[in-house]
Amino acid sequence: MPEAVIRAMRPLKNKVKLSAADKIYYSIVYTIVLLLTLLVLYPLIVVVSSSFSSGQAVTNGRVIFLPVEFSIESYKRVYEYTVIWTGYRNTIFYTVAGTLWNVCMTTCAAFALSRPKLPGRGWLTFLFAFTALFNGGLIPNFLLMRDLNFLNTIWVMIIPGAISVYNMIITRTFFQNSIPAELSEAAVVDGCSDSRFFFAILLPLSKAVLAVITLFYSVGHWNAYFAAMIYLTNRGLWPLFLREILIMNQFSAEMLTTLSDEEILKLQGMSDLLKYAFIVIATVPILCIYPFIQKYFAKGVMIGSLKG
Amino acid sequence: MKDPSLMTARLAGGRREKLWLRIRRHWQVYLFLLLPVVYLLIFAYYPMTGIQLAFKTFDYKKGIWGSPWVGFEQFTKFFNSHMFSRVVTNTLKISAYEIFAGFPIPIIFALLLNSFRHNKLKRVVQTVTYMPHFISVVVIVGMLFQIMNSRSGLYGTFSRLLTGTYPRDVLGSATAFVHLYVWSGIWQGFGWGSIIYLAALSSVNPELYEAAEIDGASRFQRVFHIDIPCLLPTAIIMLILRAGSVMTIGFEKVYLMQNALNLSASEVISTYVYKVGLTAMIPDYPYATAIGLFNSVINLVLIITVNELAKRYGNTSLW
Repeated sequence: MPEAVIRAMRPLKNKVKLSAADKIYYSIVYTIVLLLTLLVLYPLIVVVSSSFSSGQAVTNGRVIFLPVEFSIESYKRVYEYTVIWTGYRNTIFYTVAGTLWNVCMTTCAAFALSRPKLPGRGWLTFLFAFTALFNGGLIPNFLLMRDLNFLNTIWVMIIPGAISVYNMIITRTFFQNSIPAELSEAAVVDGCSDSRFFFAILLPLSKAVLAVITLFYSVGHWNAYFAAMIYLTNRGLWPLFLREILIMNQFSAEMLTTLSDEEILKLQGMSDLLKYAFIVIATVPILCIYPFIQKYFAKGVMIGSLKG
Repeated sequence: MKDPSLMTARLAGGRREKLWLRIRRHWQVYLFLLLPVVYLLIFAYYPMTGIQLAFKTFDYKKGIWGSPWVGFEQFTKFFNSHMFSRVVTNTLKISAYEIFAGFPIPIIFALLLNSFRHNKLKRVVQTVTYMPHFISVVVIVGMLFQIMNSRSGLYGTFSRLLTGTYPRDVLGSATAFVHLYVWSGIWQGFGWGSIIYLAALSSVNPELYEAAEIDGASRFQRVFHIDIPCLLPTAIIMLILRAGSVMTIGFEKVYLMQNALNLSASEVISTYVYKVGLTAMIPDYPYATAIGLFNSVINLVLIITVNELAKRYGNTSLW
């Protein structure tokens, strides 16, 4: 029988029975991937479960999956620890203000660098890209902050790091590839100025990339601790001082001054438990937001960055 | 200086437009660039002038610009100090370990995930594995300390279940430090790191798969012969980027994981610079700047070298 007829008689791809080799391959693939996923999920689950357990159970290491002796004692304690709320408030402020600043600066720069006929575009792009390869180092940056009188102010947490070159390149590539050239040309023909184009046409079409860089910058600010550590000595300006609580075990000293003896004993038994509660409180906001932005990641946005 | 009137540019259709006119026409775009460039000059390029401190000794009264030059004195001081071999070795050890152990895993994960036939499950897996990337490094280390606690953590609990006794403390162990550091980093980053490879894989021409299938290739063979070559350019570029920072072990995580007990393995260049330059009794700015500069220059040289090598042998490069 002719080749074409035989080929036409082949069942549809989806209905083809898998060969033995393929079956083995798939079972291995699925097993490994699911194992890895569980490996990621398990510690996170244990952390959350531990935060909802009793201090005793946690200190004795009895929480291995689900909460043991369920209680929300830890969260109550954290709620009462008012110093933490200053830190939380600061973190939110730095994140919102900082991200706004970041996104504005990044989009402006990316827009400018995406204009194909801009004179000097190559040099300007190099100007930005070079800063990703080389920088002054810790001391010169510290001295700069000192000379600008940024030390111990909110500005040191907001202004530096305005443009992450990585994010800017992602944005620029998006502007270049996802906004059709015909649109730009039509706008020029209609007498639309560059800035009007930016605000009226480009931005509304760029929601995806704006969402992505907003997320990236927000996470960066939310998780920042280094800048605060070296530039801020005023505790009232500190963001959520997780480092002190989780790594240096300093929180119990703070609370000791305001509590009775038996409360102190109880708290010391709860130190592990409280840490878990802090971890959850510090991380949950981000984990709630990010899945919504996730759909923009995989395809267009990221692959564009590499080519750029 | 070129004569501006001789600098012309061709427009579509063959008309020539003078450079100056082109600049004038795009004035609004330059306005957009104004603030970013000013920012860049102040916060990125001006600190680079602070590098001169590496070649001076600091005189408080004269400031950075007035302090006297001492040439390479700070550098020789560093190379001759006993800390030099210690911090450089630690840095390189951790970096190499990170690359060997951590570089392949996102790639393999992307290849595996790409073979998934159930899209919903794939999305769930992606959501879960991307999560740790967004967790702050402080929380990661905090979680690490809690979990690896020999008494109250999972490490202690499971060891006791398996062997009957509590294990020895690992968090203060210099030998365990590298392993803890690297693998917690892999745990955090392999999902996120696979995104770029997944994106590259999604651009593979499906006709290639069909052709291979018709030729009788099993699923595994298809992955091996199509997917992997497709990923190679991306992987090389990522490797170049990674190689360029081989001497930079990020300060943040190491500093958090350091303690007096594991310092012999955990003191890296960045933490040493921090201690010498900022937290010492008498901060030694020039010395710290010199070490930092040494670090940056090595990184720059490395990334250029690896890029050239990739260009010559791999046909892909960063620039």
